[in-house]
Amino acid sequence: MKKLCSYILPLVALLGASCKKDNFDPPQARLHGRLVYQGEGIPGEFNQVPFQLYQFGFGKVGPVSNTTFTQEGSFSVLLFEGEYKLTIPNGQGPFLWKKQPNGQPDSITVQMKGDQQLDLEVTPFYMIRNVQMAAAANKVTATFGLEKIVTGADGKNVERVNLYINKTAFVSAGGDYSIASSQRGGGAITDPANISMEVTVPALVPAQSYIYARVGLKLQGVEDMIFSPVTRINL
Amino acid sequence: MKKLLSIILLASMVAGGCKPESEFLTVDPTAILNNEQAFNDPALVLSMLANFYNRQTDFSTVKNWESMADFSESFPSQNGGPKSIIERNQWDFGFWSTWDYTLIRELNLFLQRLEAATKLKDDEKKRFRAEGRFLRAYYYFEMVKRMGGVPLILEPMVWDYKGDPTYLRHARATESAMYDFVIAEMQAIRPDLPADVNVKSRASRGAALAMECRAALYAGSIAKYGNVTPSVSLPNGEVGIPANKANDYYTKALTAAELIISGSAGTYALYQRNADLSENFAALFYDKVGNPESIFIEDFKLKSGKVHGFTQVNQPRFGAEEEEGGRINPSLNLVQSFEKLDNTFEPLPVKDGAGNPIYYDNQTDIFAGRDARLGGTVMLPGTFFKRRQVDIWAGYVLADGSVVTGDDRGSQKTLPGQTQPVQVVGYDGPIHGKEHTAQSGFYLRKYLDPVSGSGSRGTGSEIPFIRYRYAEVLLNAAEAAFELNQPGVAAGYMNQVRARAGLTTALGAGDINLGRIMHERRAELSFEGHIVFDQKRWRNAHVVWDGVSMNEADLLSNIGSPNKHNTQPFSLWPYKVHNPGSPTHGKWIYRIIKSPLVTGTNRFRLGNYYSFINNDIRSNNPKIVPNPNQD
Repeated sequence: MKKLCSYILPLVALLGASCKKDNFDPPQARLHGRLVYQGEGIPGEFNQVPFQLYQFGFGKVGPVSNTTFTQEGSFSVLLFEGEYKLTIPNGQGPFLWKKQPNGQPDSITVQMKGDQQLDLEVTPFYMIRNVQMAAAANKVTATFGLEKIVTGADGKNVERVNLYINKTAFVSAGGDYSIASSQRGGGAITDPANISMEVTVPALVPAQSYIYARVGLKLQGVEDMIFSPVTRINL
Repeated sequence: MKKLLSIILLASMVAGGCKPESEFLTVDPTAILNNEQAFNDPALVLSMLANFYNRQTDFSTVKNWESMADFSESFPSQNGGPKSIIERNQWDFGFWSTWDYTLIRELNLFLQRLEAATKLKDDEKKRFRAEGRFLRAYYYFEMVKRMGGVPLILEPMVWDYKGDPTYLRHARATESAMYDFVIAEMQAIRPDLPADVNVKSRASRGAALAMECRAALYAGSIAKYGNVTPSVSLPNGEVGIPANKANDYYTKALTAAELIISGSAGTYALYQRNADLSENFAALFYDKVGNPESIFIEDFKLKSGKVHGFTQVNQPRFGAEEEEGGRINPSLNLVQSFEKLDNTFEPLPVKDGAGNPIYYDNQTDIFAGRDARLGGTVMLPGTFFKRRQVDIWAGYVLADGSVVTGDDRGSQKTLPGQTQPVQVVGYDGPIHGKEHTAQSGFYLRKYLDPVSGSGSRGTGSEIPFIRYRYAEVLLNAAEAAFELNQPGVAAGYMNQVRARAGLTTALGAGDINLGRIMHERRAELSFEGHIVFDQKRWRNAHVVWDGVSMNEADLLSNIGSPNKHNTQPFSLWPYKVHNPGSPTHGKWIYRIIKSPLVTGTNRFRLGNYYSFINNDIRSNNPKIVPNPNQD
């Protein structure tokens, strides 16, 4: 009993206390939101459009968080409380982000104290409007319109539009992300407000009775594509 | 007397044993050479240079097969590690980066100490100095290819222990200043280097000219084609070269190339020793005896400790000298891009117009009538290596089109109508997911050493890695001439290279365009570390590797076109026909296959044009600006 008091209890107490001391809490404040234009979300390509969070005063350069938007155009990060600056690097994303007079991307100051929702208002070069998808006779048909948002010197021309289909909800050009696609060059589009495309559904192995589809728009001189929301279609 | 003797002895010991107090602990080390000793013996200086030669960075060398296997030019036959090449959807921004300022500092120290050396003969010193500067420029060239402009440090920097490192921080030089530096260095050291074709593993006049030529060509094309990707540039020129400098660079490239071609640096020539043109092309890489084509190489030597295992990991698996091999499997994409002898492009004839398979008597017949470099670069099914025929065939095709095959090398099954099991798949595969087999239907031939023992781990191979060779100089000259509006001159140089490959129908001035030149470099220089840097400088990499997955129709269309995308490696599998009684029985057919293992696509993003400079480097030196289009 004496042994217990004199050795073991203090030891246990010490261990308990040191655990508390050595570890600090993981980041718990959640910053989340999405890319919007006049209240409407801007879907992008999975893992392609990045945003960065910087925090000053730690003696290092470089972002503390460097990750990407989801294909719905939303984001979510867990942070320690404090002051951050959020930005989107130059040349990223199919939209215009505010710039400083010297050409560097502007940033948004974010005070993290508890969870926070932050929608990022940007100006996309185009919007894909009135998307309608239908499946018939082993073909997926999409009708949609393109609305040019940015005009003038910063305006971009259409390079091509694609209709992608995939077995999973990740739909874009990459190897894992489309099982078939059809393409139309910018020159072959007569009426941007009313485009119709179709793609043949290949044999699905293993079979499934539905498919995911969406339309992508590639602009000249812009690396990232603009997408319509992913639609699930029953075959 | 005896006493006197001992006194004298004692006195002399005391006198001899005592040094002045200040020198008491001054003993020259026996295991370390000081600068004065090291820099006054030519053999020791050469051994320091040998260390620097060994530490140069190359891409796609025989020491690292994985870096050759990328870019959809081949399929990596390994179930792990390099398999990610065909599974990933893009290259990270950090790919191909290099930042070895330790080497630069040591080279700068070397040059500084060499200057201070007093006992070296003048001509020795000149050559050593030229070699040191050659190696420094070689590494800076390697850096600018990958990173764009970097801090151009030409003096060893010394830390003053005062706690403030800002004076050691240097900003990035412009990309054109880097190329100007390489070109100027090569011009300056050229007279001090031997004009001797047999100096290959050390810097020679030919090597200096060849590097100048390549550097000027790279700079010229970056200037000319920079407008294709305007966002791949930085406002202060660390990345990107103004378009008005293009002509100047191309002129320098052409001048340097013509100095080599005219023989001013020694009589370099295309390797032409074997009447079998495919064998001749393969021999160019393994023939070490007075090879007139190689200009600057990394050499290897058996039993010296410096050998490589390239043959060991890439030899045909069947009958290999080691229980391995077959790693690099060239893709059908590359194989079909080799021209026909009439200078046209066409897919390999697998099916006739009606969609029926074409039957061949011999396995190699399908590849007949093509550029001889095909057989010299790729080991085709039915050909021989080390006098053994490679056993590449995927199975038997029955009358109804169904396939009998096995899932192990050379496995056996009973064919319909027979009673005894027979071998139904080659000992070299191809079998999906079976590493070491020819999963694309092809093995690599280039850089494989036909010497017995080269494929065993204990022996290794001593064939050199060629960094610069004469055919590239000719193609550089052709490209520079073409860009300078001299297509006739360009055609002349290209025809020399093509004639060696059996393409004897000469191209005329009107046939030369950038697409032709791109194709010629791919055919001649594949697996030699050029493709990624070539596509980068033409600003065509994001077009070729656009990340869009391919289907068979994609693969077979637009062969030879510069903007044909090439994102996934395809396979071509030979089958034997088993249809007793039919005239096709025992013949060969081919099928185009996309391996189910190929799930990713190659996507070259604009941020890949110049590799990522990591945040630690930028934290230590805030003057370093990041490369464009990266997050």
